Formats: sequence, C-alpha cells, structure tokens
Amino acid sequence: MPAVDVWGQLQQLFAYHFMVNALLAGTIVAVSAGTIGWFMVLRGQSFAGHTLSQVGFPGAAGAALVGVNPGLGLLVFCVAGALGIAALGDRRSVERRFEAAGIGSILAFALALGFLFARLYQGFVGGVQAILFGTFLGISDAQVEVLLASSVVAVLMIGVLARPLLFASVDPDTAAARGVPVRVLSVAFLLVLGVGVAEAAQITGTLLVFALLVAPAATAQQLTVRPSLSVALSVLVALLVTWVGLAVAFWSGLPVGFWVTTIAFALYLGARGLRASGVVRG
Amino acid sequence: MALPQRATAVLTLRDAGVRLGGRWIWRDVDLDVPAGEFVAILGPNGAGKSTLLKAILGLQPLAEGRLTVLGSPVRRGDRTIGYLPQRRSFDSDLRIRGLDLVRLGLDGARWGFPLPFGNAEAMRQVHAVVERVGASAYAHRPIGELSGGEQQRLLIAEALIAQPRLLLLDEPLESLDISNQRAISALVLDICRDRDVAVLLVAHDVNPILSYLDRVVYVAGGHAVSGPPSEVITTETLSRLYGVPIEVLHASDGRLVVVGQPEVASFHGHEH
Repeated sequence: MPAVDVWGQLQQLFAYHFMVNALLAGTIVAVSAGTIGWFMVLRGQSFAGHTLSQVGFPGAAGAALVGVNPGLGLLVFCVAGALGIAALGDRRSVERRFEAAGIGSILAFALALGFLFARLYQGFVGGVQAILFGTFLGISDAQVEVLLASSVVAVLMIGVLARPLLFASVDPDTAAARGVPVRVLSVAFLLVLGVGVAEAAQITGTLLVFALLVAPAATAQQLTVRPSLSVALSVLVALLVTWVGLAVAFWSGLPVGFWVTTIAFALYLGARGLRASGVVRG
Repeated sequence: MALPQRATAVLTLRDAGVRLGGRWIWRDVDLDVPAGEFVAILGPNGAGKSTLLKAILGLQPLAEGRLTVLGSPVRRGDRTIGYLPQRRSFDSDLRIRGLDLVRLGLDGARWGFPLPFGNAEAMRQVHAVVERVGASAYAHRPIGELSGGEQQRLLIAEALIAQPRLLLLDEPLESLDISNQRAISALVLDICRDRDVAVLLVAHDVNPILSYLDRVVYVAGGHAVSGPPSEVITTETLSRLYGVPIEVLHASDGRLVVVGQPEVASFHGHEH
C-alpha cells in the first residue's frame, strides 16, 4: 500500500507563515460565521446577508483605491449596509415584501460602485478577483488581529442576545408582548450580520460568503432541531469546511473560494440526503 | 350592567378609549373580568378587537380612561398575562421543536442563552404544560411540520407556561376545522375553570364556544357592550350598538346567526 505521508504534508502546510495566518483567520471566521449564520438562516434573512456581502465589494475595492486595508473597507461598508437595510423597514418587510425592491436596489448599486472603484484603480484586476472569490494569500498578522477582535465582539453580542433573538425570530408578536425589544434586536442583529459577512468575505470573497454563512447553518438545521446543538454543529461544519478547504486549496493550487464552497455544498446535500433517507429524524 | 362581582377583578377598563390615525377605534368602554371567567370578544373585522388585546398588553396606549390588570396599571412584558397572537401558521421549514417554542414562553425574554444547569427544571415545566394541552405526542417535532391544530395547542402551552392569571387568545379557532375548533375550545374552557385563569378569546364566529361563555364583549361602531351572551347577542342590543337594524336569528340547533352587520373598513386590523 503506497503510504501517503499525511504528517509530512501537514508539516509542510504549517511551514508557511501565510498559511498559518490563513488557518488562524479561517478558524476565527468559521466560529463567528457558524454562529451568526445560524440565526440568519432561522430568521430567513439570507437575502439581506447576500446584499451585505455585495456591499462589501465596493468597500474592499474603495479601500484598495485609497490605500487602506481592504478588510477595514469591507467592515465599514458592511456595517453601513446593515444600517441601510435596517432603515428600509421593519423586520418583516426587510425579510419578505420590501426585500425584492429595497434591498435589491442596494445590491445593484453596491456592485456598480465596486466596479467603478476597481476600474478607477488601474492594474487591480487580480485584486478584484481576490475580493470577489477569496484568497488565502497575504492575510497579515494585523488582519488576523482585527478579525479576532471583531469576531469576539460579534460572538459575544450573539451570546447576550441569543434567547430573546430566538424568541423574536420565531414568534415576534408574543415576544413583543413579553417585553422583548423586537425592533431593536432586528437592527442589532443586522449589525452583527454585517460584521460576520465582512469577516467571511475575507476568506471566501464577497460572492461566496454563503459557503460559510448559509451552508453550515442550513446543514446543521437539517441534522438537528435542538437549538443549542444546532448552533454548535453549525460552527463545527464551518470549521471543517474552512480547514479542509484551505488545506486542499494549498495542495491543489486551485482557488480556496471554490473548495470552501464545494465542500460546504456537498455537506449540505449530504445532510439533506440523510434527513430524506430517514437516517436523521426530525 | 350589574353583574355579581367576585373579589378579584383580573381585568378592569373604565371609560377606556383608543385613537389610531386620528380616529377613535372605540371609546367609553367599561369592562370587569373576574378570575376564571371565559369571555369572548366579538365584532366585525376592523372594529378593534385585536386593538383591545394590545391595549391590555400595554402595546397600544389608551387615549383616555383607565385599564388595570390585577389592580395595577398595564405594563409591557407582564408575566401575569399569557398571549396568543393572531397568526399565520409557522413556515414549514422552521427547524425549531414545539418544546423549544413552549420554552420561550417561560424564559425567552431573558438575555443570554440557556445554560446547562437549571435546564432540567425548566424542561420539567415545559413537559408538564405540554402534557396539560395534550401535545406530548408531537412536541419534539419541528413546529413547521405540525398541523394547525397541533401548532395551536403548543402555542396555548407557550402562553400558559408562565402561569398567567389572564389569557388573551386572538382568533385561536380561525383556520381550524370543526373538530379542532371543538377540541381547542374545550381545552381552553378546561384551563379556564381548572386554573382559575380568566380567558379573553377573540372570535369571528361565536357558535363553537357559545355554550362555554360567561360573558361576551361585542365591539362595533366605535363602542363595546359586555354581558352574558343571552343579553348581548340580541336584535335590540346589537341594533343599538351598530346604530343600524341588526337581526339575531336562532337556528334550530341553538346556533346564533347575526344578520345585517356592516363590516367596518379595516385599516388597522390585521397586520401580517
């Protein structure tokens, strides 16, 4: 049997500083994306999340244009985008009726703006690709620190809001009658979602954030209906997707965005299959 | 109307009125609901039945008059009130168990997330109330996959778990078939008598619960009258309330049919 030198391969993986940074960043991102994404899927706000990721595109491109860290540009634009979506209407309209028109026009405008910035910045073609589809090259120590700080804040926020947010997401009228500030929670969650999207986009690119925000949460929700277990599973799937995706991208030389998305999609299909076949009940 | 008053009035309204969008929804409303009474709130669409519940919950301020629950002014988040909102059914892909929904009625408003310790006592209460409403067989399943009647039982459990003294149910019988309407009404009556909980149930059709009712509140034409069903649902009272001729017919099976009631144009009624 031809022995595959797994240990040697792993050592090789950790021998590069950029790869260590990519794995650190990926781990941090997976934890927050798995948590935040779980609530996003529960609340049916995937379209809002998608729009926020597109708002990140001009953020990163604009930051590159003026010579600022693209990760910071992403964060600023995503948080501003979250406030924009919050201003468009209440939770139900954000989610359902309003979204097609209101959020959709934000989305289109964001893409156009990103295109403009990229065009103004001559010689930025490779950079645009990295923003849209992700890269694991060149994640600096400073970026890892910013990711860690924003991730800790976002996950702590979710931790504090968890129970009333669940209440407001599942049964908003009863929650309001019980004194839960439903509207405030929905704005707070959009802000946290903005942070989560800005983080995930640094691994997967703005076009592929769903690989970390939607797929792990949707996979977990297929496999269990227990909320706490489901959130934990969502984080676990996000970690798995990120680690395996980064490693395979490193060895294969093919883009990380492709691998992360493909693995996430495969796991989701697998979970659907397990549930459909009755292996997993619920 | 002089009704014998028991010592504890769970709910009291005096000269109460609500204005929305510059017009009176209703005013001059007086109401006393003692503990353990089963009360139906009736009236045409848009008359302000749901608004009355929202006023009791402190979600809709009064423009005039007074409203007290257990002798205290209303406040949002009062745990002595259980509430079942008027509802669309849950999305079929909502992946949350019935048990988790019921649990939210106990401590869903608390910040943070449920820690492992203390969970056992909470879950014991959840299982007890789920048993009480007869939902044990399916409470562990995702709520979105359950039938309307099953969801309704779990929602009643959610409203009941904090052991309220007053239960506000906004059209819980709507969109249920006849047998489920009977079963849910019987369950509500049972809870009402057994736990001495006052129940205010908004209904479009009084007939499924007519024989259970201690009192009806009829909201129409910007006012409300309350009293025993036999005194309120009459040709004279309803004609006076609406200000137009109304006829109440008695069908041979005991059902009441109200003929000629104008539907109020609804601009505030049913928010979905």
